[in-house]
Amino acid sequence: MWVWFHKLGSPRYFWGFSQKLMPWLIMACCLAFLIGLPWALVFSPADYQQGETVRIMYIHVPAAMMSMMIYVVMASAGAVNLIWRIKLAELVAAASAPIGASFTLLALITGSLWGKPMWGTWWAWDARLTSELILLFLYLGFIALYNAIEDRRSAGRAAAILALVGVVNIPIIHYSVEWWFTLHQGPTTQGMRVGGSIDPSMRYPLFTMMIAFNLFYVMTLIKRTRTLVLQQERNSGWVREMVGSR
Amino acid sequence: MNWAEFFHMGGYALYVWPVYIVTAVILIANVVIPFRAERRILRDIARNLRRESRDVK
Repeated sequence: MWVWFHKLGSPRYFWGFSQKLMPWLIMACCLAFLIGLPWALVFSPADYQQGETVRIMYIHVPAAMMSMMIYVVMASAGAVNLIWRIKLAELVAAASAPIGASFTLLALITGSLWGKPMWGTWWAWDARLTSELILLFLYLGFIALYNAIEDRRSAGRAAAILALVGVVNIPIIHYSVEWWFTLHQGPTTQGMRVGGSIDPSMRYPLFTMMIAFNLFYVMTLIKRTRTLVLQQERNSGWVREMVGSR
Repeated sequence: MNWAEFFHMGGYALYVWPVYIVTAVILIANVVIPFRAERRILRDIARNLRRESRDVK
């Protein structure tokens, strides 16, 4: 396992491995959305309190979950880069940032579109909403910092430190609905544990959408990392050989 | 269930459909951007290789 992990850390091996993995990921991701979307939009019931707006949840909850998960991946990859100086980890962190930022934006927009009919307001300075907005700024800060520094290696290290400092925001987002009873409601799903407060007729389409979003992230992360690998290794022998033989 | 009812979304069409449209836009952009970027850089590297081999001759 460790040997394989080490091999995967080499850009050349990653290139070949991801090439083979890509079609399967694309298929799995499409399949999950093909099941999840009709389930969320048509076959799942309307909520007795929220009516049809409950269908916003099938996007909002996975998007918000991904916004936090991607941040943890990004910060962890940054830590790996800082500690072991693995170049590929730096690229994984850099590739994660724009995807994470877009999911954070999606969570904020969909939350706002749900908040208007249900809470009566597009936006409130509620603890959950505010901390999620800070998450978006952390992503944007990471991207700006990474692109502002000329030397790639120091850019990666500086951005990694920013990401690690920002990790403190993740538990704040997660527990904000329990620490401060402001506006956003408490959690309805307890991970994969059976017996959360959400009905199975809504829980399963929600889980399907979560899986679809996860697959989507992995797929686009790999695609972006491949591009960054090419950029960094463009003068190395294997890239020239690979491009030359195409 | 008929189509009109489906698009009506129980009176919340104005909120539900924008969510799915924004989602589609963000997801599609997230696919198009990296796929194009990879193609572009491969083309770039190939062009440089061709130029180099020409210079040698």
